[in-house]
Amino acid sequence: MSHARNPGTPLDLNWVERVRVNRSAVERRTASLPGRRTVKQAWQAAWLMRAITLIDLTTLQGDDTPGNVQRLCAKARRPLRSDITDALHAGPLHLHVGAVCVFHEMVRTAVEALHGSGIPVAAVSTGFPAGMTPFALRIQEIEHSVEAGAAEIDIVISRRHVLTGNWRALYDEICAYRHACGHAHLKTILETGELATLRNVQQASLVCMMGGADFIKTSTGKVTVNATLPVGLTMARAIRDYREKTSHIVGFKPAGGIRTAKQALDWMILMKEELGDDWLRPDLFRFGASSLLADIERQLEHHVTNRYSAAFRHPMM
Amino acid sequence: MQTAEIFDSLDYGPAPESAKPAHAWLDAHSRTFGMFIDGAWTQPDDARFFDTVEPATGKPLARITQASTADVDAAVAAARAAQPAWAALRPHDRARFLYALARQVQKHARLFAVLETLDNGKPIRETRDIDIPLVARHFYHHAGWAQLFETEMPGYQPVGVVGQIIPWNFPLLMLAWKVAPAMAMGNTVVLKPAEWTSLTALLFAEICTEIGLPPGVLNIVTGDGRVGEQIVTHAGVDKIAFTGSTIVGKRIRELTAGSGKKLSLELGGKSPFIVFDNADLDSVVEGVVDAIWFNQGQVCCAGSRLLVQENVAETLYEKLRMRMEKLRVGDPLDKAIDIGAIISPRQLQKIRDLVATGVAEGAQIWQPSTPCPSEGNFFPPTLFTHVTPTATIAQEEIFGPVLAAMTFRTPAEALALANNTRYGLAASVWSEDINLALEVAGKIKAGVVWINCTNQFDAASGFGGYRESGFGREGGREGLYEYVRRIQTADVRPPMSDNDGLPSTVSRPTSPIDRTPKLYIGGKQARPDSGYSRAVHGPNGAVIAEVGAGSRKDIRNAVEAARAAAGWGEASAHNRAQVLYYIAENLAARRTEFATRITAQTGAAAAEAEHEVDQSIEHLFAFAAWADKYDGAVHRTPMRNATLAFNEPIGVIGIACPEHTPLLGCVTLAAAALAMGNTAVLIPSEKHPLSATDLYQVLDTSDVPGGVLNIITGGRDELAKTLAEHADVDAIWYFGTPEGAAMIERASAHNLKHTWIGPTTTSFTPFDAALQHELLRQSTQVKNVWAPYGA
Repeated sequence: MSHARNPGTPLDLNWVERVRVNRSAVERRTASLPGRRTVKQAWQAAWLMRAITLIDLTTLQGDDTPGNVQRLCAKARRPLRSDITDALHAGPLHLHVGAVCVFHEMVRTAVEALHGSGIPVAAVSTGFPAGMTPFALRIQEIEHSVEAGAAEIDIVISRRHVLTGNWRALYDEICAYRHACGHAHLKTILETGELATLRNVQQASLVCMMGGADFIKTSTGKVTVNATLPVGLTMARAIRDYREKTSHIVGFKPAGGIRTAKQALDWMILMKEELGDDWLRPDLFRFGASSLLADIERQLEHHVTNRYSAAFRHPMM
Repeated sequence: MQTAEIFDSLDYGPAPESAKPAHAWLDAHSRTFGMFIDGAWTQPDDARFFDTVEPATGKPLARITQASTADVDAAVAAARAAQPAWAALRPHDRARFLYALARQVQKHARLFAVLETLDNGKPIRETRDIDIPLVARHFYHHAGWAQLFETEMPGYQPVGVVGQIIPWNFPLLMLAWKVAPAMAMGNTVVLKPAEWTSLTALLFAEICTEIGLPPGVLNIVTGDGRVGEQIVTHAGVDKIAFTGSTIVGKRIRELTAGSGKKLSLELGGKSPFIVFDNADLDSVVEGVVDAIWFNQGQVCCAGSRLLVQENVAETLYEKLRMRMEKLRVGDPLDKAIDIGAIISPRQLQKIRDLVATGVAEGAQIWQPSTPCPSEGNFFPPTLFTHVTPTATIAQEEIFGPVLAAMTFRTPAEALALANNTRYGLAASVWSEDINLALEVAGKIKAGVVWINCTNQFDAASGFGGYRESGFGREGGREGLYEYVRRIQTADVRPPMSDNDGLPSTVSRPTSPIDRTPKLYIGGKQARPDSGYSRAVHGPNGAVIAEVGAGSRKDIRNAVEAARAAAGWGEASAHNRAQVLYYIAENLAARRTEFATRITAQTGAAAAEAEHEVDQSIEHLFAFAAWADKYDGAVHRTPMRNATLAFNEPIGVIGIACPEHTPLLGCVTLAAAALAMGNTAVLIPSEKHPLSATDLYQVLDTSDVPGGVLNIITGGRDELAKTLAEHADVDAIWYFGTPEGAAMIERASAHNLKHTWIGPTTTSFTPFDAALQHELLRQSTQVKNVWAPYGA
């Protein structure tokens, strides 16, 4: 199921300049899609089980300590109550989340807590969330996190390069980050809430992929507007365009603001319709989320018991 | 372990909308329905039932009634009886009824949606998210127009009893489009739903009872085209509103010719969907889905001709094919189905035949590999590429999920291809360049143009066609005029004075030099092709002059000249106003001469004749004034966009002038037509043509571009008939006899030109606001351009 990593391409400015995105049309598509596709009953349960495997279970708080990160990792290993797992006959699936996502200082704690689980640790990096620290420090930050055991590095791009149209600078930055990552996968956070237009979003997506991103990711979760479906559609179409032209495969990660099972299904439907089933597996799709899992647990309990659930009935993280 | 299997495959499962409440409603009626006449249900009659069938399964849903002549008579009588009281209600009280209908539709929204999907076969997603919400919106919007009737429609009265015939593709929505404006304006209604899809109309009749709508205001009769024909030809009906095929529309035009019935027709289309290379191609793909795979392509305004700029055509086709692989065809009650059932086996066969023709004629067909049910009336989404304008599938309306694609090189060629059709209902233009998009939107011959979107509808925006897609608008302020008549106080001048006597002022022309006017074509005088002249008699019977005897070929030449002068419509309104002022100025300089001429022809007293000249000058001023003031509108449709309603010229207008005021009639009509950017072929008063022929020199000295106004003297009805039959004439105004009017309306049916009929005595007096607006409306057609925006 694993795809060859995206090696990147030379910067193609003509391609970047040709990008056109019509916001109204994109919004119409994303507004109507949840009305065009839905999954019910057993299908809904199965889709939500899959959704669990797509979560980058995340804590990115200034007050994170080893204690709460360890709890998070325990939840990552056992995301569902065992009686629900049994009722769904999901034991053999060995459900666990896609990854755990933390700040650099928590990487070692997480790696240790997840030892043997097969769950990778992702570290946000490069002066997350603003990306305004000295360039050399940003490179070093990546190197430190990789050394500490992070298998995935979620960098933030320099939004100023997008807003000033300095694609060369953005491209060079991404290439340097990719080099610093080594074997670790590079996830580039566009922080789309600060990119103003969908055209900027698609152009930045393309440049990140040309620079060698393994994933493109919407947001840090630290600004007012985070992952929205129109932004997701715009980035998904960039991934499709890049694949059609280069045959390279790049993953997608919406992050921030995805809190409900219904939202998760809408995102998965968007992926299935626009990119295909491959983008419903953790090697190509992740949710950056912290509270989403709790809602999925409640919905799955409802599916099993036909009674509405309550949050306190599910083990917290 | 089903869940685990799905976990692996991540298929969509079934997502059925329950049909139980709709079936329960049908069962509660024993699956048999009478008709709703005068607020009561007719007794179902076993002998006259026919089945209404579920297209997705082919199974009968219920039995409905084929209306008899007596039923139609009863419905019309009920509407007639109810109309005075309905029209006499305070507008606010009518508004309350319409508001109640909107609320009631919302309260029963899901039942309506499911019933519609059962009866029609369209996906529940569409009935639930599009059809029914638009129905409610239409009643809310028109509740507002009912409320505002007095302030916004002064000088107008209801038409009376309206006969409405609607199609099967949007059954309840078309009912709303018809019924809401009619009722809001104070009319009562006899409505016939399509025989395949009557059920939601019958449910709607029930909610009319629930809200206490007075009996007779809305009557619903069911049955096939024979019932429709009875409504159309019924003497008690004052207006016909029809949505359906162009063939039937033409038939209705012929059947109502000369009846005095108002008529609005919303007919077929072969709408272009134009894609420029600077469009957002991924969004274009979704636009195409909404254009041709919405409602199985059974949409009159479906974007069925894809015109793509050649350099991006293959890229777009590939994206389209990928997208088509994702379309799901099947049970319309499944919430995740994109394409439901075709309405009937007959329609399915028609689609198959046209697709076979497309293949036989050499176009390349592509259909996705996804499954299409073999039971029920289903047809897969179909893309034809390498289609040429000569292909049948590029010309004929298929009314199915079939797209015909061809390429263009330049914006001019895109426009030429787009307008290369007898239809003109809608168009869609895709480009991220606002300059290009607005230019193209302006030049497309269609009543609705969607920029970077498609199939957008709203009650606040007019919808309706150019050319053979019909006339009249539904929605918005422009749609209201289909359901009112101008209150005419005294649209006749005082009786002609001394018409039989020998007026003292009459004299033979004093000039010894013969001045026989020819015809006026293309800005030049031209000899009549016939080589004959006609004598013009004065009031005492003496010959006072001769004029050219125009004939078919002169009309042909004049229409060609008028068409060639179409640039007049693109000149600035200020420029047109200047020309009209100039005509007025030159006419004023020759006031005495023109007055004398009127007297010489009609025997009018000198003061009366001078008054006619003065009035003519004033009317020229009025339309010069209007030229840059008859603004369009920006409709408040509920999305982030500007819906721009443009008052566009109709094109070439043929004008047969009134008889009795030889100068005022032709000047008023020509001024209105020209002010709005039309060009015209004018047939002057047959008896008194000299006031028009005297205008030649005025026109020559007033900077009127050649061909903008052409004048052909001769036998009015013979010449007007040639105009009515001419395919390159867009409208005809006829002020003559009732027999002539019937002939004109019949003769104009073949290309559905706009007709405007008036008595030969028309003198445009009093020249009040409502009359001026009517002249302006007759000179224009509204094009609504939807332009969404967003950075």
